[in-house]
This record gives sequence, structure tokens and C-alpha cells, in this order.
Amino acid sequence: MADMAEPSVQAIDLTKRYGQFTALSKLNLKIEGSKCVGFLGPNGAGKTTTLKIFTDMIRPSEGKALINGIDVHRQKKKALENCGALIETPEIYPSLTAKEALIMIAEIKGIPRKKREREAESALSRVKMRAWADKTVGKFSKGMKQRINVAAALLGDPEVILLDEPTSGLDPRGMSEVRDIIKNLKRENKLIFLSSHLLNEVSEICDEVAMINHGKLLAYGKIEDIVKKFSKESTNIVEVSFSRPLANSVLHKIRGINGVSKVERSGQTDLNINVKGGIPGQEKLLSRLVSMKCGVIGFKPASSALEETYLNLFKEVT
Amino acid sequence: MKAQHTSKSAAKLPSDAAQVLTIIKYFFLDYFRSRRFFVLLLITIAVGLLITGVVGYYRPQSFLSSDLAFLSNFWGEWVSFVIVLSAVFFGGDAISSEFQNKTGYFLVGNPIRRSTIYIGKYIAALLGSIIILLVFTAITVGNSTYYFGFGVPYEFFESFLFSIVYIISVMGLAFLFSSLFKSNSVAIIVTVILMLFVFSLIETLVANLVVTEPWFVLTYGSEIIRNILISPYPPAHTSSAHGVPFSIATYNASVPEGLIIMLAYFVVSFIAGLTIFERKEFT
Ligand SMILES: Nc1ncnc2c1ncn2[C@@H]1O[C@H](COP(=O)(O)OP(=O)(O)OP(=O)(O)O)[C@@H](O)[C@H]1O
Ligand SMILES: [Mg+2]
Repeated sequence: MADMAEPSVQAIDLTKRYGQFTALSKLNLKIEGSKCVGFLGPNGAGKTTTLKIFTDMIRPSEGKALINGIDVHRQKKKALENCGALIETPEIYPSLTAKEALIMIAEIKGIPRKKREREAESALSRVKMRAWADKTVGKFSKGMKQRINVAAALLGDPEVILLDEPTSGLDPRGMSEVRDIIKNLKRENKLIFLSSHLLNEVSEICDEVAMINHGKLLAYGKIEDIVKKFSKESTNIVEVSFSRPLANSVLHKIRGINGVSKVERSGQTDLNINVKGGIPGQEKLLSRLVSMKCGVIGFKPASSALEETYLNLFKEVT
Repeated sequence: MKAQHTSKSAAKLPSDAAQVLTIIKYFFLDYFRSRRFFVLLLITIAVGLLITGVVGYYRPQSFLSSDLAFLSNFWGEWVSFVIVLSAVFFGGDAISSEFQNKTGYFLVGNPIRRSTIYIGKYIAALLGSIIILLVFTAITVGNSTYYFGFGVPYEFFESFLFSIVYIISVMGLAFLFSSLFKSNSVAIIVTVILMLFVFSLIETLVANLVVTEPWFVLTYGSEIIRNILISPYPPAHTSSAHGVPFSIATYNASVPEGLIIMLAYFVVSFIAGLTIFERKEFT
């Protein structure tokens, strides 16, 4: 079973103190399997601190950080063998070109000589920086550098990916491109652990969330479960996408479904539906929509549900 | 259904030695292309041409009496300056910049030991300095050839080797300071002050006030670079001028002593710098 093990990221009693100040306090968290987990919490909550320990940029005061079961501090090279990380906003050696910087990382990660150049180029295309491949990084803007950083983290097709606010500094198009990249990665059996303040981003791409504040883990689980557990309202907003534009008559029918309190168009083929009854209510709504044969192709709790939960949770604690 | 995960074996991590080579390659490239390298090259050439001009114009007897005398005054007197300058340029902020400029964030999160990064950067900086040293060597030999014809005395080869040992140790020290401080400018200033002022001050004070051999001072050991070009080799200890309050004492390290001092400085500072870098946090 050992070599069939699923990718995992595990914190055991992870504690980090800076002098008297405790930035991280006995964090216990085990993420296992191919999924995308959002890491949420207010400024100063300890997200970056956690991710830095997972890349051995800082040492834990107590406890352990394991990637695929290997202690990151004790055996860094082995633990990070199959891991790609982007922590905060790194600067890149200014006299290197974008391609050289990526080939350097590819070499470090052990990508065979013949493939390095090709992989660096496809990584550059992935972040839409191919045209800048041979320009030195020193003159790049913040967002351009961050695109290269994203490309670097994904080199070598790692199975565990740690991202600390990866879209920070990116323009709106860049943000949505990076979101798409992450969504595609999800299809390839990856474990993605990503800190973010953008709740719509998290609810769009993540399956689960871990919530942290004052260095303590407050909740970890599937987004729906967390939303259900911590939201006060019994109404949930669900985003539903359809394969074709909806006639008003269909809209009218949907309004009539039991438990639905509000239906709003959010695009040509998208609706926001307020539904009562928590998860069972959502289940019923989905089966009704499907039985109506009106072309449902997407169904997920809206970002605002997560936002609501987030605001409730962090209000309660502080 | 969860897809079963099988560990990928496509990419095998390179050995530490292979990763050191990678680091050397890219940092050498980074140094070589930097404006800093260009400035250092200009300074070295300017210093070389300045001495060339002064000697050519004034034709001082001290330089022109013999080829050894020429080399000891030209090379022996100035090469330490070139070496210290290149150690400061290439090593002064080599490690601190990884923290202050946040470039370390790009590299350290990868499957690579910190010692690999340190060693690789050290060797890359050394190679950069050796290029600068070679430029100064070329200017020296060019002048010597002009005045004394082809061929340099074999003492010059020894002196050249000693100067390589000196770079190795000064660079180790520069890396230690750049590892000790998180600020680039502090690291650079401390290295400069130590190498150009503090060491020679201590050397003079110890020799004259305490009247002991300053065997613990790096620049004392490095004087073999010049002394090997003096014939006969200067005596271990002289003291003179008995009338004045202090006697003026001079000490000269023998070649083995000089080499041991320089290598000891390298070993101690390299290990200390590496240990500090291993433990330093990217906060
Ligand atoms: N070097 C340091 N010395 C002292 N305190 C520190 C240091 N680095 C971080 N901290 C503290 O640790 C806490 C956690 O910081 P961290 O960077 O992990 O927060 P974060 O969750 O990433 O916040 P943000 O959302 O703003 O990025 C903060 O209160 C911060 O002040
Ligand atoms: Mg942070």
C-alpha cells in the first residue's frame, strides 16, 4: 500500500512562536487525497506561517509538518520531492530570463535535460507569458513575476501543490486564468492546498476549506458541511448553470418549486436560487431541476454562502 | 469514486552534487550579467591602467630594478585590494539578499538543501572573482613583459596561487557576514570595514603594543602573496628604532603559516556561515 498512498499534507500539533507571540498554536490538520482545499482566515491568522513551515522556510517551535508522510524539516529534499509551492510573492533573480529561471527550477526538480526546455515553455504558455520567455525578469511588473512564480510552482507536475494567495497582484484576467489552471489541475489527481482571501475563488475551485484564526484551526471540512454548520440562515444561495438560455416560463416553474424563495438571473444561462432546508433542500431542488429537463449542467452553493459563513465564524470568535 | 494514486517515478531528484552544479551555473550567469560585474571589471581595469600609467611616466627605481621587485610592487601591493573588492561585490550580500530581496522565496521552497544553495552560490561567486583576478593578472603580466620581456619568475606563480587561496578565504568571510545579517548594506559595510581597516589596525596594534605575532589576523596571513616576491624572503621578526616610545615591530608569516591562517579562516567562516544559513528563517 505504501507506494499507492494518496498524496497528503499533515500538521501535527504544529506550533510557531515568535518570542512571546504565538503565531500558530497546536494546529492539527490532515488533508489526504486528490482535492483542492482552501485555507481561510483573517490577516495575521497564521496561513502564511503554516505554509512556510510546510516548505521549511521557517521551523516549527513544536510539532511536525508532514508531506506524503515525510517530515519536512528533517528530510526537506525528500518531503518536497513531489511538491510545488508558491509562498507569498517571491522575487526572481533579475538578470535571468523568464525561461532561464524556470529551467533552473526544472533542473533542481530533476526534470530530464531533454524535457526541460519544453516544459519551461509550456509552463510559460500556461501563464500566458510565452512572449516574454527571453526577457530578463528584472524589468517585469509584479503581476508578471507572479505569473512566473505560478509557472515555477507547477513545474515537474507535482502531486502536492501549496499556494499562498497565488492570485495576489494579478489582473482580473490573470486571476481567472490562474483559477482555470487550478481547476484543470484538480482533474489530475492533485492535492492542492491554497490560502486565499477571495471567497468566490475558493468556493469556485475548492472542495474543502480549513478555517484558521489566531493560529488555531476553527473548522475543516467540505464546503457544504462547513456552510451548513456555521451559517445561521436556513436559506442557501445556489448557483445553477444551464446548457441553454431559459425561457421565462421555465423560470416561473422554478419559482414554484417547494422551498425556493427567490430566483435571479446572473447571466444568460445562469441563475442564483435561494432555497430553504439546508442540504436536503438543495438536494430536492437539484433533483427537481433535473427532472424538468431544462438542461442543468452546474449546481453549487454560491460564494455568498461561504462568505456568510466566514463572516459569522470570524465574528463569533473575535 | 476516488482515483487511486500511484507515486510518480518519472522525475527523479538529482543528487546534491548535481544540484550544486545547477546553482553554480545559474548564479554565475546572474553575476556575469549583472551591472555589478561590469562595474567591478571597470574598477579593476582602471586600477591596473592607473598603476601602468604612473609607472610608465615616473619610471620609479623601486619598480624597475628587477622583475621580482616590479611584481612585488605592482601585483603584490594591489592584488589584495582587487580580491577584497571582488569578495565584497560578489559575496557581500550573496546570502542576505536572498532574505532582503525575497529571491530566497523562489528557490528555498524547492526540493533542494540549503547547504546546496550556499555552496553553489559560494562557488559561483568564487568563479566571478577569479575572472576579475585573471584580468588583473593579465594587466600585471603585460606590464612585466613590456619592461622585462617574456616569462615571469616562478615566484609569481606561487604568489598567484596564494592569491587564489586568499580569495577563497575572503569570500568565505564575506559569505559569513552576508549570512549573519539580513540587511544587504549592513553585510557589505561590515565586510568592507573589517577587510580594509579593522584587520590592519589590529595587526599593527598587536605587533607594536603587545609585541606578538598577529597570527590570528587574516590579512597578516595574506602578506605571503607579496612576501614571496621579495628576495630574500623577509625575516619572521624585526624590531627597530629603540629610541622612540614604541619599538616598530614587524612580523612576517612564513609561507606555510600564511597558508594555514588563510585556510583556517576559510574553514571556520564557511562552516559558521553555512550553519547560520541553515537555521535562518524566512520570516
Ligand atoms: N517574524 C515575525 N516576528 C513576529 N511575528 C510574526 C513574524 N512573522 C509573522 N508574525 C506574526 O504571525 C502572525 C501570523 O502571520 P501570517 O503571515 O501567518 O498571517 P496570514 O494568515 O498569512 O495573514 P495574511 O492574510 O495577512 O497574509 C501575525 O500575527 C504576524 O504578526
Ligand atoms: Mg499571508
